[in-house]
Amino acid sequence: MLLAKIKKELDSLYADLREAAESPPAAEPESAPAGGEETEAVPEAAAAEEPEAAAESEEAPAEEPAPIGPQETDYRAKGYHLDAALPPEKVVAAAEILSRHGFFIEAVTGVDWMDEGQMEVVYDFNHFDELCRVVIRSRLERDKPEVPTISHIYQGANWHERETHDFFGIKFIGHPDLSPLLLPEDADFHPLRKDFTP
Amino acid sequence: MNGTLQQDLNQETFVLNLGPQHPATHGVLRVKLVMDGEYIVEAEPVLGYIHRMHEKMGENRTWAQFLPNCGRMDYLSALSYNHGYVAAVERAAGIEVPERAEYLRVITVELNRISSHLLWFGAFVLDLGGFTPLLYAFDDREMILDLLESVTGSRLTYCYFRFGGVYNDIDDAFIAGTREFIKRQRKRMPMYDALVTKNIILIKRLKDIGPISKDMARRYGATGPVARGSGINFDVRKHEPYSVYSEFDFDVPVYEEGDSMARYMVRMDEIEQSMRIIEQALDKLPEGEIQPKKAVKLVKPEKGDYYHAVEAARGSFGVRLVSDGTNSAYRLKLRSPTYSNLSLFGEAARGMLLPDALALMGSLDLVIPEIDR
Repeated sequence: MLLAKIKKELDSLYADLREAAESPPAAEPESAPAGGEETEAVPEAAAAEEPEAAAESEEAPAEEPAPIGPQETDYRAKGYHLDAALPPEKVVAAAEILSRHGFFIEAVTGVDWMDEGQMEVVYDFNHFDELCRVVIRSRLERDKPEVPTISHIYQGANWHERETHDFFGIKFIGHPDLSPLLLPEDADFHPLRKDFTP
Repeated sequence: MNGTLQQDLNQETFVLNLGPQHPATHGVLRVKLVMDGEYIVEAEPVLGYIHRMHEKMGENRTWAQFLPNCGRMDYLSALSYNHGYVAAVERAAGIEVPERAEYLRVITVELNRISSHLLWFGAFVLDLGGFTPLLYAFDDREMILDLLESVTGSRLTYCYFRFGGVYNDIDDAFIAGTREFIKRQRKRMPMYDALVTKNIILIKRLKDIGPISKDMARRYGATGPVARGSGINFDVRKHEPYSVYSEFDFDVPVYEEGDSMARYMVRMDEIEQSMRIIEQALDKLPEGEIQPKKAVKLVKPEKGDYYHAVEAARGSFGVRLVSDGTNSAYRLKLRSPTYSNLSLFGEAARGMLLPDALALMGSLDLVIPEIDR
């Protein structure tokens, strides 16, 4: 019930990503979207999404482009129900949707994908009334890992984001205080980066 | 900190350091308090004094080598942490656990939960100025520690669970001792009720003190007795039944008030519920292996990420694994419950009297090594 509802709402965040993916990057941005869902697609926005689309298609080379939209996962095997990969600028919108439906935040964390030149920030949500674990994840440039904060929506994210900044150096734009929380107050290193040496 | 303070010109405030060495923080936690007389204007917990970076250790040792680390986060309910970690790895690597082993896990984890709640009970009342209950609680807890020592080999930092089972079977002496403990504890609880719970001084110290609303618990991700004391019926054992918890009949104590008294009552009631689970598990205990027939030697979960949560004594303990298909974790995230539970302290303590804030802090049941990891 809840899962279907939240999947549908999160799916709406992907509308322009789909358009960007469906129109080939080289072609002019005016090419008509197949679904014809959004008629007022601003060309600038479409252009801004293009690098993301390109990056995604690089991830799954040639065979099959990665499916766009929140993916239902096998709960027994994975331990969560819904997995939504989003570009960093849409994380806040996703958190707002989840907050509106009464989800609580379990944790925020990162993963360093050094070989791919990327950082991943992962948000775990769960619901008190109905079992529904939602994972929001976003890939960031490893050289400039930045993502907007959700600590104004989920105050609990404040410490989790600070910790993630401690460990990975991921900057949460708009966070009130990113000073080291668990590391020493003068720490200028990020121990969970794969190239960290003590 | 000065930047965030909008001060009235007539208002004189001062900064007070609570900790890092303070009896009420039960470990090395420091709270920076901005005080207006006896009232707290702002409270900011300062963490990390015993941060050991368990998550990095998880990346540079094999899956099995990380097992002893699990006993060194929440040293009061270490078995829940054992359970969370092995269950996550078992899910990732598809390891089957014999039924008897799951029963032994439940029995020992619930005993550990009772010992944790008993220690909390004693220490909490001690924080509030009552010395005697601590001695009673430690007396009870001693029995559990002896029982667990006989089967796990250690008294505090347990490393009892293995991938696919547990390391040691229980004997008749353990079963008899556990039944004896439950019988004794059932007689002790009414005494605590009369001696402590109904004590007018305790009630005055806890009733309506440190209210945490449902919404605050949700925004901060508070779980465990803190959430259940705020009227949220959330217990991972019921919500997301893992192991063999679905086979037992037990209640989840929930109190609507959201004050420190409610959190106190939740934990006291949980002791009885844990005893019910242990009794049923002992009655139904199946015969059989305690480890898979084919020993689990090499653990290599498939590429991907996995999540598993368990209900520890303090709330939902989650393990997020990222595996790259090798014999050690690519990333191991440990979601400790008290970290989230404590994060609401700043908001909840605002405007409180200092002694009341200590009652609130005690009612959160903090274990610092688990927060700092």
